[in-house]
Amino acid sequence: MSILKVKDLKVHFPIKGGIFGRTVDYVKAVDGVSFSIEKGMTYGLVGESGSGKTTTGRAIIGLNKITSGNVLFEGKDITSYRRAKADYYKDVQMIFQDPYSSLNPRKRVLDIVAEPLRNFEKLSRQEEKKRVQELLELVGLSPESILKYPHQFSGGQRQRIGIARAIALKPKLIIADEPVSALDVSVQAQVLNFMQDIQKELDLTYLFISHDLGVIRHMCNRIGIMYKGRYVEEGTTEDIFNNPQHIYTKRLVAAIPDIDPNKRKEHAKFRQEVQREYEQSFNDYFDENGLAYDLQSISDTHLVALPKKG
Amino acid sequence: MSQALLKIKNLKTSFRIKDDYYAAVDDVSLTVNKNEVLAIVGESGCGKSALAFSIMGLHNRAKIEGNILFKGKDLANASPTEWSKIRGKEMGMIFQDPLTALNPLMIIGDQIGEAIYLHNKNISKEQRKLKVIDLLEKVGIPHPERVYDQFPHELSGGMRQRVVIATAIANQPELLIADEPTTALDVTIQSQILDLMKQLKEDMDAGIIMITHDLGVVAEMADRVAVMYAGQIVEIADVYTLFENPQHPYTRSLLNSVPNNKEASSKLHVIQGIVPSLQFLPRKGCRFSARIPWIDVSAHEENPQLHEIEPGHFVRCSCYKHFHFPEEEVQ
Ligand SMILES: Nc1ncnc2c1ncn2[C@@H]1O[C@H](COP(=O)(O)OP(=O)(O)OP(=O)(O)O)[C@@H](O)[C@H]1O
Ligand SMILES: Nc1ncnc2c1ncn2[C@@H]1O[C@H](COP(=O)(O)OP(=O)(O)OP(=O)(O)O)[C@@H](O)[C@H]1O
Ligand SMILES: [Mg+2]
Ligand SMILES: [Mg+2]
Repeated sequence: MSILKVKDLKVHFPIKGGIFGRTVDYVKAVDGVSFSIEKGMTYGLVGESGSGKTTTGRAIIGLNKITSGNVLFEGKDITSYRRAKADYYKDVQMIFQDPYSSLNPRKRVLDIVAEPLRNFEKLSRQEEKKRVQELLELVGLSPESILKYPHQFSGGQRQRIGIARAIALKPKLIIADEPVSALDVSVQAQVLNFMQDIQKELDLTYLFISHDLGVIRHMCNRIGIMYKGRYVEEGTTEDIFNNPQHIYTKRLVAAIPDIDPNKRKEHAKFRQEVQREYEQSFNDYFDENGLAYDLQSISDTHLVALPKKG
Repeated sequence: MSQALLKIKNLKTSFRIKDDYYAAVDDVSLTVNKNEVLAIVGESGCGKSALAFSIMGLHNRAKIEGNILFKGKDLANASPTEWSKIRGKEMGMIFQDPLTALNPLMIIGDQIGEAIYLHNKNISKEQRKLKVIDLLEKVGIPHPERVYDQFPHELSGGMRQRVVIATAIANQPELLIADEPTTALDVTIQSQILDLMKQLKEDMDAGIIMITHDLGVVAEMADRVAVMYAGQIVEIADVYTLFENPQHPYTRSLLNSVPNNKEASSKLHVIQGIVPSLQFLPRKGCRFSARIPWIDVSAHEENPQLHEIEPGHFVRCSCYKHFHFPEEEVQ
């Protein structure tokens, strides 16, 4: 059974203008997105900056107002049933993109990581301190960190504090918004391995938002590619990397930097070719407003946004 | 002949914790030439941002020792007036944290416009606006006219980062310090930004310090690479040498941690242990030794130095000669 089902999700932000600050238009940050995630899987959400990934994540967890559409968690529609929500907030946690602004600068690490514990579990001070230290150890931070403040840590270290907080309540679903993009590769490897370990241990499901396609490929079973608030392609990791169909996906895959400096020229040439194809065939892949068409199935697992035939 | 634009000699940047100073950048020497990209890579917390802030003279509470020469002039002696000419004009910086670099109460257009106005008071308001919109377009922001009037919180993470990039290059700096400039960006925008930086380098003969943990970006962009560990440079080489013939155990471990397409979903290489916090950093002996405990202590130097093992290729400590991964056979 799918643990999370998102149906035709729309999140529109009003643009205010004029002297009366009236709504003059809307930013359609998310405009008709549907997908579902199977329990225990890692689902990747990829797409260019501003395509609506964070907004989708925030809407699922209830931080952005949903304009229309539904979000179902374990079969329950959390968009309308208020009662389902208390558990929901415990079961679904988010790791935020920005490790700087997501941690309260005036709070000690102990208080930051313990905050969800205090909301949902009654622990003694001693127990709480022990739990926090265990959590910090899990993410590779030293136990003496508990008495420090966020500014005393580097960007990468701060992101790990955010992860420690997110897993404190042993949630079922974690929405991880760029969880490792602020980390150097060695710590990134550690966090990714660790996320895979606790996934098995705690039977976690991940919605993994990232623009790093190397990381996405490593972590995800299934991937959705977003462009301007809509899906352009969805499929298994195989489908997306070995058989991309939409020109946007092809361009994305071509832009992945090559780790071999000797291939710089060759790679740049390939990228330019795909870019040319992208420009020439743009109108075949996008509608008159430059937006993606509705998704069509091209195999059991693979969907592509193509114009309807006929 | 390449020309030194920036020369750093024995730089030491220390932060005060309780009653003592602890060096986050510990005796770093390096050179950036005109028309050159020097990449700096290293573990989170190893002092890359501290180094960048020191060069820009932005550490007001840290103790800074050593010399930073920009175009031959020691910046330690620069007056506040001289600094205001250097910062934002001759030197541009892309901050790692785009939110703190932006004023939350000011619209995007005014923030970038102000950076232009500060160094060019003769430019008219209309010209300034055109220039800002052109810059926003250059960094790949869609609807630049609309974004001109928006506040930072109304933009996505990657858009904010591009605003910071636009501000940093607004006055075509001679030295650009880019601290993780593309971390929040998707690969297509990233390649566009990298092209823009290459253009700045080639057209203006600019020198660029590129701080990043993305080794793909390093491979695409850098001319030379400095690898830092615990406040020190442990290896420095041209980009081809660094990828083909890495020597320091830390560099080799780092290259081994990158998610590799072929073995998806297998375990990634992890460097054992954790980075000690600043106060607990080992200050004697090889700082990396605790992370490779299976290597015999006798392999390390007592006071590790940088050795030039081939022209332009420096490696710290002698342990590289004896290093192997734990899973490898020992000869
Ligand atoms: N509170 C808000 N008010 C107005 N517009 C917003 C708001 N939050 C987001 N947006 C807009 O919605 C769009 C999608 O933003 P979102 O943060 O979801 O992008 P993203 O895909 O996460 O991008 P990135 O990779 O850069 O983080 C952008 O155009 C952004 O400017
Ligand atoms: N203002 C400060 N006071 C005390 N310690 C600090 C301060 N700023 C940084 N540090 C410490 O100095 C060290 C270097 O930090 P720096 O921010 O330079 O790391 P970095 O290499 O840029 O890491 P990242 O890749 O995570 O951004 C870290 O141990 C950090 O905790
Ligand atoms: Mg985002
Ligand atoms: Mg940094």
